[in-house]
Amino acid sequence: MHTSNVAPMTRAGDVAARMTAIADEVAGPAAADVDDRARFPTETIEALKAEGLLAALVPVEFGGGGASLEEVSQGLVSLGRRCASSAMVVAMHHIQVACLVRHGRSEALQNYLQELAGHQYLLASATTEVGTGGDVRSSVCALEVTDGHFRLEKQAPVISYADDSDAVLVTARRTADSPESDQVIVLCRPPGLELEQVGEWNALGFRGTCSTGFVLRATGDADEVFPESYADISTHTMLPMAHLMWSSVWLGIASDAVDLARRFVQREARRKPGTTPPAALRLAEVTVVHQQFVDMVQSSLARFAAAGTDADRLSSIGFGVGMNALKVSSSTLVVDIVRECMLICGLASYRLDTPFSLGRHLRDAMGASLMVNNDRIMANNAQMLLVLRGE
Amino acid sequence: MTVDETIRQVLADHGRLAVPVDSLSDDTDLFGAGMTSHASVNVMLALEDAFDFEFSEKMLKKSTFVSIAAIRSGVLELTGG
Repeated sequence: MHTSNVAPMTRAGDVAARMTAIADEVAGPAAADVDDRARFPTETIEALKAEGLLAALVPVEFGGGGASLEEVSQGLVSLGRRCASSAMVVAMHHIQVACLVRHGRSEALQNYLQELAGHQYLLASATTEVGTGGDVRSSVCALEVTDGHFRLEKQAPVISYADDSDAVLVTARRTADSPESDQVIVLCRPPGLELEQVGEWNALGFRGTCSTGFVLRATGDADEVFPESYADISTHTMLPMAHLMWSSVWLGIASDAVDLARRFVQREARRKPGTTPPAALRLAEVTVVHQQFVDMVQSSLARFAAAGTDADRLSSIGFGVGMNALKVSSSTLVVDIVRECMLICGLASYRLDTPFSLGRHLRDAMGASLMVNNDRIMANNAQMLLVLRGE
Repeated sequence: MTVDETIRQVLADHGRLAVPVDSLSDDTDLFGAGMTSHASVNVMLALEDAFDFEFSEKMLKKSTFVSIAAIRSGVLELTGG
């Protein structure tokens, strides 16, 4: 079914089911090789493109799927179960698409959105920069705009899957005279985009995201600079979207671990009917925690949906604290759950050659609290709580 | 100190602006002048201390702190001035 060349997304409502089918049929079988070789999950992304699913979040009037975030989140959970690297690539792409959909108000950016849906472009992101100490809300590099064209050079310590993407959304100071916090976001794409790779990506987990460093040099039409400030785009869309989409991926990892643990306990039970296996109680406990995780992702999706495009709600301190709490909780829970599942499955999960192996789950899960370090997020919340009022 | 002088003093002490406070007009966008969201929290705390009030929940948003004029109108609302 994935070799079909029918690209347009005409069926609403089945986005999650189609992402799940690709997860099971394409991403799962390729996962071990993607992980072993730290290579881009080409087959998964091609399968999603063939189904028009890279434009799932693009409104129907722009040629996209018009899917809800809940559907995409469910699809990411399914992908996360089978291949967390694939899921993370797709999650990062959808975060960028959401920024374009919600903030790409110039004519040039609206035309690009339509082009993205038609060609099933994959978007990457370059927010971090050498010299800012990991603070994405400040930039060293600056746009130089002359005669309606921009020029930009950025030392990016990480641009995930840049070589396999069709365009990169890049943050920079508005002008060479702007303070480091006065940032904009700009669409950089061929032929005006040059990427010079710096170093290799050989990491413990999420190996298929190919998160190497680059020197990025770009020129382009000044209309492809987002009209709103990056500060607003980040607060209203990029940050909540990132925490929601990442959490969905991590929930996928945790969900697969719980599935394996349950199958393991059931296998033990079949061997000795009438005796509840000792690990069954631990399974019951981890299932409680897993349900907290599921419900937290659901309620956070609902909170974001309820805020809509209301700038005051999206920029309120309570909303920001809540979305940060989601990231810290889910990145902690995924590790807790995988570790518990390893205790349930015992050595079968520790070995790399059994159907119950949880090695990749554990390695991928450990990345969750490090990508935008939880300590940084907690420091942000600590400061916001100095002025938060009760509801 | 007048309300305006106090606001300008708080911005000078805590706004971490890229330009001198004296160079700001009443309507200059403070975020455009380099005030980060972190700095705006400190500005908020210092204003609460200086005027001995608490910003209400609905005032805790970017637009309340976007310019000296916006801050002044928030301060006057809370002090009944």
